[in-house]
Amino acid sequence: MTTYYTEDHEWISVEGGTATVGITDYAQAQLGDIVFVELPATGANVAKGGEAAVVESVKAASDVFAPVTGTVSEANAALEADPALVNSAPEGEGWFFKLALADPSELEGLMDAAAYKAFCDGL
Amino acid sequence: MSDDAEPEEIIQTLPLDRWHHAQGARMVPFAGYSMPIQYEGIIAEHLWARESAGLFDVSHMGQLLIRGEHGTDGVDTALEALMPGDFTGLGVDRMRYSLLLDDEGGILDDLMVTRRTGDFYLVVNGATKADDIAHLHEYLPEELILNHLDDQALLALQGPKAVDALARICPGVDMLVFMTAGAFEIAGVPVWVSRSGYTGEDGFEISLPAADAEQVAALIAAQPEVRPIGLGARDSLRLEAGLPLYGHDLDTTTDAAEAGLGFAVPKRRRAEGGFPGATRTVRHFNEGASRKRIGLILAGRLPAREGAAIFDGDDQVGTVTSGGFSPSLQVPIAMGYVAAASATLNRPLQIEVRGKRLDATVAPMPFVPHRYVRQGS
Repeated sequence: MTTYYTEDHEWISVEGGTATVGITDYAQAQLGDIVFVELPATGANVAKGGEAAVVESVKAASDVFAPVTGTVSEANAALEADPALVNSAPEGEGWFFKLALADPSELEGLMDAAAYKAFCDGL
Repeated sequence: MSDDAEPEEIIQTLPLDRWHHAQGARMVPFAGYSMPIQYEGIIAEHLWARESAGLFDVSHMGQLLIRGEHGTDGVDTALEALMPGDFTGLGVDRMRYSLLLDDEGGILDDLMVTRRTGDFYLVVNGATKADDIAHLHEYLPEELILNHLDDQALLALQGPKAVDALARICPGVDMLVFMTAGAFEIAGVPVWVSRSGYTGEDGFEISLPAADAEQVAALIAAQPEVRPIGLGARDSLRLEAGLPLYGHDLDTTTDAAEAGLGFAVPKRRRAEGGFPGATRTVRHFNEGASRKRIGLILAGRLPAREGAAIFDGDDQVGTVTSGGFSPSLQVPIAMGYVAAASATLNRPLQIEVRGKRLDATVAPMPFVPHRYVRQGS
């Protein structure tokens, strides 16, 4: 399993042809207390860089973009009951959705963990 | 993920900038200043202010003094020519919430006005202070002297235990009641303290020399009841308290009647007029305005934000002007303007968020009861 990161602070963890997507620890810390997450429907097609979810903190709504193109196979139902999972376990139980990759070559433009850490350190 | 915070051009720092950083604050640009949005987290800070005492840095707000050649002579009537408040009848060390109005009765700013022994002390919003000062310079009689106290910091200590914390280091402040003020000392520093605030809680606002701000803030924050609170929780607290925020719930397109600020336009001023936009404002109070500011409680957990359209059946009847998630009530709440016919209590309305219509109910404000300490209580 390999995890990639975007400059918009999403992570995508890939295993075979499917991937799990969420927002990074850096992102959840920037957003603060998360009170609601709007997730894409199963079967929805998302495009790389397109809006895929919305995360609502106490203060504002923020878009979450799809790191790659694909078809949503599952949305994390646990976030409905407990959106704060995004704060407590952003890169674990607080994942947003899973998708079937349309074009695995899109992963090549994303950052690995070390590159993402350097990117955040520079912000 | 995107954050839609708008970049601002020139960002000034406030007297407590270094202190905020030392407290672990996340700083954001607001009203031209770098300001703490949160320390440990908005919900925790919000709840702490509701149950104990929160220290807010509101030094971005404008502090102004107006006096005549002979103290307050003529200042009260001059202020009554620009605002709908009763300032001639205002006692020494007493304060009023008032509105700076344009000729149409549109609201230029909301502010606090205190009569002191030798002058009137005004606290205006940070984002509007330059315009307010220009407006006052233009319309106040020439013989009056206007000073902008830009070397004063302003702190707010809010919450049910604010009085315990502050009285320990500033003896005598417990004798103040809501909307009264006086001169005190904290650790030898001269401070001007009012029992007021904008969270719905009991609490104080403390004006002090900027040079002493760090020392005094540290002393207040060292009291066991006190934690620093950021702008994020300040906004959620004032929304729960049903208090309008200038630039969002109030602006030049709204008047006092539409905004439901009847208490800011007392009977004598309605009868006598003599303030900008009096005709329209008084007519709206007497005959009812065509739209009104209301509170809304939403079903579900998805908040509606500023700008969301409000529907009554198929008709758009208004717009949300402030909205968020209420940490105290654990539901989304909002404030907005709707057509008067839709502004009845408990009326079911809908709010459109990203193409979806969310159910909402017109709710009484404040959403969370005020806990001001009034005279005789």
